[in-house]
Amino acid sequence: MSVKTHRQAVQGLLPALTPVRFVTEDGSPVKESADYAEPSAELLREAYRRMVLGRRFDTQATMLTKQGRLAVYPSSRGQEACQIAGVLALREDDWLFPTYRDSTALVTRGVDPVEVLTLLRGDWHCGYDPAATRTAPQCTPLATQLPHASGLAHALRSRGGDAVVMAFVGDGGTSEGDFHEALNFAAVFKAPVVFFVQNNKYAISVPLARQTAAPALAYKGVGYGVRSEQVDGNDLVAVLSVLTAAVEHARTGHGPFLVEAHTYRMDPHTNADDAGRYRDDAEVERWQGADPLARLETYLRGRDLLTDEDVASAREAAEAFAADLRTRMNLDPELDPLELFDHVYAEPTPQLREQRQMLAAELQAEKG
Amino acid sequence: MKTATLTMARSINEGLRRAMEEDPKVLIMGEDVGKLGGVFRVTDGLQKDFGEDRVIDTPLAESGIIGTAIGMAIRGYRPVCEIQFDGFVFPAANQIITQLAKMPMRSLGALRLPVVVRVPCGGGIGAVEHHSESPESYFTHTAGLRVMACANPLDAYTMIQQAIRLDDPVIFFEPKRRYWEKAEIDLGMDLREAWPVDRAKVVREGTDVTVLAYGPMVKTVLDAAAAAEGEGRSLEVVDLRSLNPLDTETVFRSVRKTGRCVVAHEAPTYSGFGAELAARITEHCFYSLEAPVLRACGFSTPYPPSRLEEHYLPDLDRVLDAVDRSFGW
Ligand SMILES: Cc1ncc(C[n+]2csc(CCOP(=O)(O)OP(=O)(O)O)c2C)c(N)n1
Ligand SMILES: [Mg+2]
Repeated sequence: MSVKTHRQAVQGLLPALTPVRFVTEDGSPVKESADYAEPSAELLREAYRRMVLGRRFDTQATMLTKQGRLAVYPSSRGQEACQIAGVLALREDDWLFPTYRDSTALVTRGVDPVEVLTLLRGDWHCGYDPAATRTAPQCTPLATQLPHASGLAHALRSRGGDAVVMAFVGDGGTSEGDFHEALNFAAVFKAPVVFFVQNNKYAISVPLARQTAAPALAYKGVGYGVRSEQVDGNDLVAVLSVLTAAVEHARTGHGPFLVEAHTYRMDPHTNADDAGRYRDDAEVERWQGADPLARLETYLRGRDLLTDEDVASAREAAEAFAADLRTRMNLDPELDPLELFDHVYAEPTPQLREQRQMLAAELQAEKG
Repeated sequence: MKTATLTMARSINEGLRRAMEEDPKVLIMGEDVGKLGGVFRVTDGLQKDFGEDRVIDTPLAESGIIGTAIGMAIRGYRPVCEIQFDGFVFPAANQIITQLAKMPMRSLGALRLPVVVRVPCGGGIGAVEHHSESPESYFTHTAGLRVMACANPLDAYTMIQQAIRLDDPVIFFEPKRRYWEKAEIDLGMDLREAWPVDRAKVVREGTDVTVLAYGPMVKTVLDAAAAAEGEGRSLEVVDLRSLNPLDTETVFRSVRKTGRCVVAHEAPTYSGFGAELAARITEHCFYSLEAPVLRACGFSTPYPPSRLEEHYLPDLDRVLDAVDRSFGW
């Protein structure tokens, strides 16, 4: 490779020097034109409705946790631009690989919210059918979902379709070996997968500076030969436009794409976390000013794409959604402990059948 | 005497503090161990007092934590690594099994790796998946590792210090559902007077049946023994404390005395540590046994989250049921 083509190859992978942005924090359009096409007005209006709904879902889930209805809830409040855009960029036959943080994305994907919260409620399974919804079980061991995404993407392409995979991961997750192995495999296999890093600045208490010395996480793709980009993660217009391009890149046979979204987790890591130990209120307040929902609303109103009635009806739909979720989550589902043995193997082993009998006897004794 | 009433989490914290004061080469590495003090606050306040060079918030990578600790140990440090939850020790399994456990032998002992890997373990705290595992058997099965589990605040305080002083790598299990249990601890105690680190302890004397336990199950078994007493049955409870090496002397002595043995652990029954105990006891105490060694353990299914864990965890009833079966033999 000549120096010139080498340089071109590197430059073709490099992210923008500053995060791509379409809308400023106060909701006005950014002057200079970006390298990415702005999503259609209709899609943006749809995104707004989903965002209102997603925010309401998230606050409702937090409330349910306070009431003891969920064992734990990792909120994504403040990250809705990512949660919604990450799903709206996909077709129904594309696959999504979410983490524990991404319940709002699942709701946006159309998974029943009670199913979404099944695991967090303390059940033993993921709550929904991953094959039918093309949505992998929400993943907790960090970054372990990413090699699966590469593998599935490779398989989709090998089978001749043009479906793609979107895999979510946090900033902390990029430090795990699996993140690096997944990027490398995807690049070598030219697998149609978009790695979407929601950099919300913290891994529990650990700030980004203890996680990486890179100028941005987006650069991590470059070493693997993965086209990379960084985007303002609280600007729905920008996230959706970049992810749409990334999905297109993957779908048209150009291999994987890494997108880093700069965002912020407004709530503690989970309800069990004490965020006051590692960040101050002033910082959280500053990010309040960058709220993705308020920003999109101002922007759409400024472009005459959103009326008072639109806002009211989006909020009404969100309230109805939350009310329905409350009602259904307040029922105590009957769990059958014996089901624990049913799906461990395709057919229960003799040893498991023995243990199942033992538990059945214990349950009987408890009753009797 | 400098006594204080401390939780188990706090006892480990004080043990770490003392080890760090006594030996400048002791350092702590892990996720969220600094400002946050760990998700269970076991390292609370240590970074403030010992600085960021000795209490290191690492990047989020368990393989990296153990691998880097090995490197530092080669240069004379004594790293104490925190794995945030039992279910997240697995990314580090490669470094622990192929390197930490073997390098001392491969170097003819020229490289000693005094690395302690602290692992909060077990269930019972209403957690979601991957936060309630009992992975001890993977490690007792690996030559070169010492494996221990504390069961009460006093042992937690002494054992963590003893573990740090050992020249072998140690996997140190901390039963997280016992973190908040309290006891009075003499913080100034002479460690040489502490119970030897690889000795088991008879924590309740009895005559009818020996129940072996460690970590989170010791309290459950003690409760079962108290309940059995009401029914006229005398349980002898042995807290193993160290799983590798194993204090067979104490175990065999007890089993030979009672003639019956039940093993209790949270980990799945199948291929669990109880199997090693049963085999050894059968081999050495065969003629003293009135009944086979029985197990009261977890099921061989993935650990179920909060709403079903009460059915999974071996409780007082499951222990007493095994005791009954032993007598019915
Ligand atoms: C392999 C592994 N190690 C540790 C944990 C415990 N843990 C859960 S979330 C978390 C922080 C993750 O941070 P990040 O990837 O930035 O995602 P965020 O929670 O901020 O969305 C940690 C350390 C885990 N789930 N998996
Ligand atoms: Mg994060």
